[in-house]
Amino acid sequence: MYNAKIILPVLLVFLGLLTYPLWSQKASAPPVLATPLKGEHCIESKDWMRANHMQLLEQWRHSVVRDQNRDHVATDGQHYNKSLSNTCLDCHQKEQFCDSCHTYASVHPYCWECHFDPKEVNHVH
Amino acid sequence: MSIDRRDFLKKLGLGSMVSLGGFGFLKKMGGPEEAIASGATLETADPNKVRWGMVIEMGKCQEGCTDCISVCHLTHNVPDHGNKKDEIKWIWKTGYKHLFTNEAHQYAQDGLPDKPFLTLCNHCDNPPCTRVCPTEATFARPDGIVQMDFHRCIGCRFCMAGCPYGSRSFNWRDPRPNLKEINPNFPTRERGVVEKCNFCTERIDKGERPACVEACKEGVLTFGNLNDPNSEIRQLLAEKRTNQRKPELGTKPSVFYIV
Repeated sequence: MYNAKIILPVLLVFLGLLTYPLWSQKASAPPVLATPLKGEHCIESKDWMRANHMQLLEQWRHSVVRDQNRDHVATDGQHYNKSLSNTCLDCHQKEQFCDSCHTYASVHPYCWECHFDPKEVNHVH
Repeated sequence: MSIDRRDFLKKLGLGSMVSLGGFGFLKKMGGPEEAIASGATLETADPNKVRWGMVIEMGKCQEGCTDCISVCHLTHNVPDHGNKKDEIKWIWKTGYKHLFTNEAHQYAQDGLPDKPFLTLCNHCDNPPCTRVCPTEATFARPDGIVQMDFHRCIGCRFCMAGCPYGSRSFNWRDPRPNLKEINPNFPTRERGVVEKCNFCTERIDKGERPACVEACKEGVLTFGNLNDPNSEIRQLLAEKRTNQRKPELGTKPSVFYIV
């Protein structure tokens, strides 16, 4: 190789810069989410909800708006009203629960452009 | 490339067969005329199915009263932007001449053309808005309510162009800063989507009546099942002379007026 003395160090520096975001920060631990203010258990298990809540909410919105079905039957047979604001956020807190994990995972769902956390609204007004 | 007379005639025959066949196929698929004619009418309606409708008795409506409008706008987080251009309307009052454009002639009853009349989405049996929506964000439910799925609306405003009643409004601005009071149980809208009256689907699905019907102290609004011959609304329709807005367009509105 010609000019290896120059090329190799520059290449190394370039690779270092390229991978900077990967090694510069320590892997931060997932945020500790606030426990809901009330309610003993979620509608499904914690692990299932962690993996599938987005699909569940998407199914809910589709079936409420388009199929007039507002009743969710959980695997334990309990009935729930399919509503983000009125069911999920009846127990959970938006900021300490939804937002803190979404910020960590860098996902930006647009639920809150339209939907409210009733607790926050009542607090402001 | 050359072609002799025999080949030319063969190909011509084949071509006309294909095009005639295609025409027949299109006919079988049903053209636009057929789609228009398929709207259910009171005669063909299935009495076991629900078809929601409303009768508005303007004779009972008090001038200056806005109970139904304020309760609707509060329930559904409808903002007041304070100017005509950005106005969001679900249920509102406007002059008779704007509603019944063919009937307000030059010798109309004194004061009638400018008399404020209540109006809202007609929840047509044959809604033009749902046919033009490219994303199926607006659609007719089986019970006849023309519903918006705000999640799917891309803000193209074809539905606003399609609606002959001006029942739809576009969110030019974020509605949240101009809400005096917020109902946290109903979402607001985003900037860039179209909205309109939803006949209170969120209440109907729970077995309640629309908020405007409940709020009216004078009994101006009668809401009910148009498919049930014994319902209050059908009794009223059978007894009194009622008008629809622009019936000549064939949209078959589900909102009727007693002028």
